[in-house]
Amino acid sequence: MELVQMQKNLQDYTKSLFLEGILDSQFLQLQQLQDESNPDFVSQVVSLFFQDSDRILNDLSLSLDQQVVDFKKVDPHVHQLKGSSSSIGAQRVKNACVVFRSFCEQQNVEGCHRCLQQVKQEYYLVKNRLETLFKLEQQIVASGGMIPAMELGF
Amino acid sequence: MSITCQLSNLTSKKANQSTGGVRKPLFFLILCGLTTSVVIVLLIFSPLSKKEETSSCNGEARVLFRHKNVSTSEIHALVSFFSDSDQVTSFECRKESTSGLRSNYCITCSLNMEKQSCHERQCFIPDGGVPWNLNPSGLEHSISPEACVSDNLEQSILQPKEHENHGEEPENHGEELDWDLSTYLRNTWWWLILGVLVCHKIFAFHSKAPTERKEKGSLQEPLAQKQQRGQAPSKGAGRWRKNILLLGVMAGVSVSIWWFWDTNEKIISIRRETLANMCDERARVLQDQFNVSLNHVHALSILVSTFHHGKTPSAIDQKTFGEYTERTNFERPLTSGVAYALKVTHSDREKFEKEHGWTIKKMETEDQTLVQDCVPENFDPAPIQDEYAPVIFAQETVSHIISLDMMSGEEDRENILRARASGKGVLTSPFKLLKSNHLGVVLTFAVYDTSLPPNATEEQRVEATIGYLGASYDMPSLVEKLLQQLASKQTIAVDVYDTTNASGLIKMYGSEIGDISEQHISSLDFGDPSRSHEMHCRFKHKLPIPWTAITPSALVLIITFLVGYIFNEALIRIATVEEDCQKMMELKARAEAADVAKSQFLATVSHEIRTPMNGVLGMLKMLMDTDLDAKQMDYAQTAHGSGKDLISLINEVLDQAKIESGRLELENVPFDMRFVLDDVSSLLSGKANEKDIELAVYVSSQVPDVVVGDPSRFRQIITNLVGNSIKFTQDKGHIFISVHLADEVREPHNIEDAVLKKRLALGCSESGETVSGFPAVNAWGSWRNFKTFYSTENHNSDKIKLLVTVEDTGVGIPLDAQGRIFTPFMQADSSTSRTYGGTGIGLSISKRLVELMQGEMGFVSEPGIGSTFSFTVVFGKAETNLPVTKFERFDLAIQEFKGLRALVIDSRNIRAEVTSYHLQRLGISADIVSSLSMACTCVSKLRNLAMILIDKDAWNKKDFAVLDELLNSSKESTTRPPKILLLATSATPVERSEMKSSGLIDEVVIKPLRMSVLICCLQETLVNGKKRQPNRKRRNLGHLLRDKRILVVDDNLVNRRVAEGALKKYGATVACVESGKAALAMLKPPHNFDACFMDLQMPEMDGFEATRRVRDLEREINKKIASGEASADMFSKVSSWHVPILAMTADVIQATNEECMKCGMDGYVSKPFEEETLYTAVAKFFEFG
Repeated sequence: MELVQMQKNLQDYTKSLFLEGILDSQFLQLQQLQDESNPDFVSQVVSLFFQDSDRILNDLSLSLDQQVVDFKKVDPHVHQLKGSSSSIGAQRVKNACVVFRSFCEQQNVEGCHRCLQQVKQEYYLVKNRLETLFKLEQQIVASGGMIPAMELGF
Repeated sequence: MSITCQLSNLTSKKANQSTGGVRKPLFFLILCGLTTSVVIVLLIFSPLSKKEETSSCNGEARVLFRHKNVSTSEIHALVSFFSDSDQVTSFECRKESTSGLRSNYCITCSLNMEKQSCHERQCFIPDGGVPWNLNPSGLEHSISPEACVSDNLEQSILQPKEHENHGEEPENHGEELDWDLSTYLRNTWWWLILGVLVCHKIFAFHSKAPTERKEKGSLQEPLAQKQQRGQAPSKGAGRWRKNILLLGVMAGVSVSIWWFWDTNEKIISIRRETLANMCDERARVLQDQFNVSLNHVHALSILVSTFHHGKTPSAIDQKTFGEYTERTNFERPLTSGVAYALKVTHSDREKFEKEHGWTIKKMETEDQTLVQDCVPENFDPAPIQDEYAPVIFAQETVSHIISLDMMSGEEDRENILRARASGKGVLTSPFKLLKSNHLGVVLTFAVYDTSLPPNATEEQRVEATIGYLGASYDMPSLVEKLLQQLASKQTIAVDVYDTTNASGLIKMYGSEIGDISEQHISSLDFGDPSRSHEMHCRFKHKLPIPWTAITPSALVLIITFLVGYIFNEALIRIATVEEDCQKMMELKARAEAADVAKSQFLATVSHEIRTPMNGVLGMLKMLMDTDLDAKQMDYAQTAHGSGKDLISLINEVLDQAKIESGRLELENVPFDMRFVLDDVSSLLSGKANEKDIELAVYVSSQVPDVVVGDPSRFRQIITNLVGNSIKFTQDKGHIFISVHLADEVREPHNIEDAVLKKRLALGCSESGETVSGFPAVNAWGSWRNFKTFYSTENHNSDKIKLLVTVEDTGVGIPLDAQGRIFTPFMQADSSTSRTYGGTGIGLSISKRLVELMQGEMGFVSEPGIGSTFSFTVVFGKAETNLPVTKFERFDLAIQEFKGLRALVIDSRNIRAEVTSYHLQRLGISADIVSSLSMACTCVSKLRNLAMILIDKDAWNKKDFAVLDELLNSSKESTTRPPKILLLATSATPVERSEMKSSGLIDEVVIKPLRMSVLICCLQETLVNGKKRQPNRKRRNLGHLLRDKRILVVDDNLVNRRVAEGALKKYGATVACVESGKAALAMLKPPHNFDACFMDLQMPEMDGFEATRRVRDLEREINKKIASGEASADMFSKVSSWHVPILAMTADVIQATNEECMKCGMDGYVSKPFEEETLYTAVAKFFEFG
């Protein structure tokens, strides 16, 4: 009974992530890539994303804090972040990155700072949520249940 | 512009001419009226003149009859007189002589008349033979002499008989006259009509000739040349036609003048003859009367000689004489009185005077003026002379001259002397008579001794004279009296002259009135050879206006002018029409050229617009794929939408232009019409669902699966019609597309198809059963008008004729706009485009496309109810063993569903049939019930029911609960309960999930039903594995990628990992590198990678550069192998190296794509990977691997 409730909770939680626009269908794709042969695919990829993003955000903060901002260095970082975020389906991070890049093109330092804050905010939000999601999943797995597949078509 | 101007000019001219055309019949009417009135006038005139003539005839007859009567009454008087005195013998002798004299005269008279009548006949006979020259008045006049002839000749015949003759003959003549007139008029009329016809023929031929010539001329011929050719003959023809018309008019005028002259001449000559006849007649009568008197006076003289002198004592005294002369006065119609004077010599005067007791008195010539107091006593006694001739006896009227000596009067003396010498009656010249003071003459006979021999000499006669008998004639009153008795005295004035003295005519009687220009002179013989008299006659009135001559000639003149006018008008009209025709031909050629040019221009321009528009659209699409904020996105979407609309409009215009210029060619490929219809319905279902309109598709089972034709054009027609229907249908009702064989519909009685049967069985009732329940217009009305529909000639085995009907419940087309619905750019109402949008070109294109497909398009529409468009198309039959073009994935599904049974619950039968049609396509057989409660009763009988489809309209929770229970109760007997599917027109996801979560139904199917949707839903519900289909697909992808070695190049760790994971999922062996340089190292031949996915944006060396270098390497090695520098063995026995490199990119921009191709990449996949794109991209390379 608890398992069913947990499964339902997970479903609802996942749904809320989609409804809030934090995640998009790419995440579902990712989930579909996970199967018996590769049981921790999603969590692996997501943790990779976290590591990578942490590093990139660090670099970005450093770059932007400098007196003379080298936008040629900043842009590839943002591009990286955009690519990886879109790969896991972190939609809002990706969108923030898009805006960030446009400021980079304009070489707008102030805008970049604002965007960095925005990206960071989104990143931490998605990180937090995904970690919660994985926690829930782990709980289900620990209690011997199946992770219900997400429904398509939202 | 100029063309339209000229056109309007022409039309206005035409209008003018048409009013002229109205005028023309009016002229004809007037003409007809004139002719008829003239005919009537002629008919009235002829009997009138006839009457006149007969009356004159009668009058003359009466005169003659009176003559005869006179002579008989004279005899009667004599008889009565002499019967008293018993002296019958001498009377008999007289009677013989008088009657002999009379008949003698009569014969001569009648001979004269006959001669005249012969003359008349000579004119009359040719007249009868040639009706053209017929002269009614001449003919009429000829009647009178003839009548007179018969009158004269048959004088002795009884009067009644004569009357009979009179009665008959004029009648005959009248008839003859009528007949001649009518034939003459009829002939003229026929000739006129014939003439008109001939002229018309000539005109028609001439107006046709130039156009024919023109038609022969090819279109390419320069216009000017054409004009010359056309105009030259028409002008020439116009001129000679004008000339002929002029000649005709002149001929008509001259005929009219000649006719008038001829008739007038005849009238005048007849008048002259009439005058002569009448004059002669009068003269004869006068002479006759005079002679009668003369004879009688002669007889009286003999009487006196016999009874006064032959007897002693005398048997006559004054009293006897007076009585006798008074009683026989009627015998001497012209005398005013008679007197007898005795010859007395001077020696006997005394004795005589004593004997009679009075003296012989002298006639005082100077006192003759005082006639009123002429008393014998007042006269002086006669002077002494040798001889005296005192009057002893006198008629009462002249008793005052008794005792007057006649020898004393100059005239009388001379007269007496001459009478005595000649022994005959002698006349004086006219002088004023005593007492009456009228002009008169005195007739004197000498009375001889009875012993005078007949051949006595003058001396003997003078010797034998014993007395003189005188009779005075009072000329004016007598002639007047005589003429009074004759008819038509009013028309003729008569003068009588004494012409003895040639130098000085003495007028005895007459007046000055009358037409002096024309007079006839007849000589009179009063029995005195020494005196001659003449009678002058003339008409009292001048020649009346000769209407009989004027009327027909004027008529001819009028007709001539009218006909001339008509022909002139016609000529002018022909000329203008020819001119207009020229202009029209010219304008037509120009308009045609302009039309072709317009079409070409449209085709070119729209093609030219399309190319840049595609660029614009592509760029907009790419722009939308880039990261835009909401506002920008909105703008871009609007721009993109507008661009798409523009492109579709341009495509439509291009289609129209192509069709118009005849450049559109139809494809001929086999296709499945049902899938085309599925496509259309799925394409338009969004719009239909938005408006809450039910869209249904039905294809008759008799329509073959695969037909040969142009699917895209067919689809275009259907899309157009359905799109229109959606556009004009407002939030209610349905749109129903049905396809049947034309053969099915042709015979309404043997229709097997259930849907068609239902629709046709409804007749024309609008409230009948339709898909949605809303009334629709019966489609039968639009089929009925198809011409080719019933033709059986197209019964070729390789052709099939389909009838497609699109029925909607929209606003309908206003009746007045229905005629122009297929005209390009013409919507039913200009306000329509404001309300509903659109260009109005779609229907026109559809119609033309249908016509290209050898079909017809028609519609019926009722405002407020809806419209039904129908069209027929002819498709080729596909070869039976043609590989089916269905999608393979459906094949599998159909295999799965084959043989299943379904129950359709729908309150609307047609809709249920449509549902069952869709199920049958999947191989599912369906039963139909109309409600849930009915389903309850029959569901137990149906075994192996796989599914129940319930329409939303028939859905009812309460009834369904019963049914559900029933189904669940029978759960034990069947392996699994039937799935419940709800058919709904529209349902939001929330509704759907609610429905499903309620647990009552398994799936909601959104209409319109179509194969793909139905298969998906059924698969999901029946097979209960929604991942099944994707899995299958993945299996395919896995099959493609299995054991393939793939290199993923990406600097992004996460991306790399995702890509790796995705590819591994499909069974590929994946190697990852994080930079272009590393990739270059890995891909340096020989290597064993089957493909490479390369990120484009990488630090140090990006994807383009890396690819270029890989290609360079490969080329180098290939060259080496080809030249033999390096053996293929060295490079894993691969003769030509070319590893497929696919770009991984987030933004799929055309420019990027092109760049990819330029640097040697083989394709691209969007990042993050999507199954479909990955599959299609990879499939190219591994299909045959």
